[in-house]
Amino acid sequence: MAGTVSVKNLNVSYHGKEVVSNVSFKFDSHKLIGVIGPNGAGKSTLMKATLGLIPKDKGEVSFDGGSVERVRKNIAYVPQRTDIDWDFPITVIDTVLIGRYPKLGLFKRPKKSDKAFAYKCLEQVNMEEFASRQIAELSGGQQQRVFLARALAQEAEYFFLDEPFVGIDVASEKTIITILKELRDSGKTVFVVHHDLTKVTNYFDDLVLINKELISSGPVQDVIKPEIMKKAYNMDFEVLNQMGVGV
Amino acid sequence: MEFISDLMQYEFLQKAFFTSIMVGIISGVIGSFIILRGMALMGDAISHAVLPGVAISFMLGINYFYGAVLIGILAAVMIGVVTQHSRIKNDSSIGIVFTAFFALGIILISKAQTATDLTQILFGNVLSVRSSDMWITLIIGSVVLLTVVLFYKELLVSSFDETMAQAYGLPTRAIHYLIMVLLTLVTVASLQTVGVVLVVAMLITPASTAYLLTNKLWIMILLSASIGAFSSVAGLYFSFVYNLSSGAVIVLVATFLFTLAFIFAPKQGVLWRSIRARKSKSAA
Repeated sequence: MAGTVSVKNLNVSYHGKEVVSNVSFKFDSHKLIGVIGPNGAGKSTLMKATLGLIPKDKGEVSFDGGSVERVRKNIAYVPQRTDIDWDFPITVIDTVLIGRYPKLGLFKRPKKSDKAFAYKCLEQVNMEEFASRQIAELSGGQQQRVFLARALAQEAEYFFLDEPFVGIDVASEKTIITILKELRDSGKTVFVVHHDLTKVTNYFDDLVLINKELISSGPVQDVIKPEIMKKAYNMDFEVLNQMGVGV
Repeated sequence: MEFISDLMQYEFLQKAFFTSIMVGIISGVIGSFIILRGMALMGDAISHAVLPGVAISFMLGINYFYGAVLIGILAAVMIGVVTQHSRIKNDSSIGIVFTAFFALGIILISKAQTATDLTQILFGNVLSVRSSDMWITLIIGSVVLLTVVLFYKELLVSSFDETMAQAYGLPTRAIHYLIMVLLTLVTVASLQTVGVVLVVAMLITPASTAYLLTNKLWIMILLSASIGAFSSVAGLYFSFVYNLSSGAVIVLVATFLFTLAFIFAPKQGVLWRSIRARKSKSAA
């Protein structure tokens, strides 16, 4: 089935230390999937290994039942904000235009139609008035929206976002989650690395809960259960309750 | 103005002129990518590491470009190997590999017994450029510029957001080595004008100056190339008229331009920034 992502017995290590251990899950398209777990649980690593960006020790990953390499051009990736050099000499609109690159061939320059499309994506995230700004001149939430616009410009099938809601304003968060839900409704597969438990039930359809190893995966309601959450976070229910998980 | 009539008259000066301009342009262009990718130290390393290649070329009686390019690329690969296969951090790997190559180069040069002495390689002498050197520089320059024009998109995205580039299928490691090859070519071409020790200045000073002046990559590259070319020609002029070391003068001209940008650049310059800070303080 199109849009299916499946991971089987994935193991990843850095310099001999295991950071992701024996993780398996499988999701269909039309799903908004949250990858959650405590700090240092290997969430970003899991996402990068799933995409084949870092070497894995063991395990199988398949997109649409085949290799990730076959669907590369249909993968939109939004990095953590701290991974970007915000002083890079690039404007907002040119950042979004990069989203058109995957579908342009080698030696081809973006055309007028690509620029128009990039502008439309910028409008979708309500950032069009900032088009000619340098990216460091934006707030955290605005920066995150610009990168989401870049992902939209890719017209991808799979969306992978690494901690998109960290350190951003409420309005930006609302815009972003609305767009992610729209993507899901139009049949895309959307993965989000997320560490704030407060809104998981509102945001995601399915969850992958890890703490180095897989704790649980599946529909949100099946994962957000006291006994399961306790296993991942080693916390008592009071704390989880205060965080609004409602367990 | 005497300089211009001398330029018309003397062939060695013409060769120096064209070589300087080309070196200024290509080091400005590649330098832009080098500083954006945080590889300034790599530029310094490669320029030093080519020394044994120069020495071996002398021993074999071939043009030193060949040996230098080969050894430069070998050094880049070895730095990559040490970084990827141990816990040694990148800057330390660079330090270990390039000093080893440089040390080996010093020994080989002294054994090579050639007319070309170490000083000339270390500090450059643009006024002694030979015809063959000039032609090789012009060819290297064309190759470098053409490559950057053709792969501009890929160079931009991999410098800006390497993970995204990798995610959509760009061979980012190949691009890294492509830049290493270009860097080596530029370094070798620069040996004649500024020498091993000062090549890094030609890579990072004009590019950093341009970086302070614009928010667009292609403008940065054009500015950086222009500043590099201007510094080279001005340096050539001063070194010819006042009989100064060409490399040193070229670098000082570039540094002077950087200082101007550092102080007066419209958005990034310290002068306007302090004025703006004062204004917003008094407004508040």
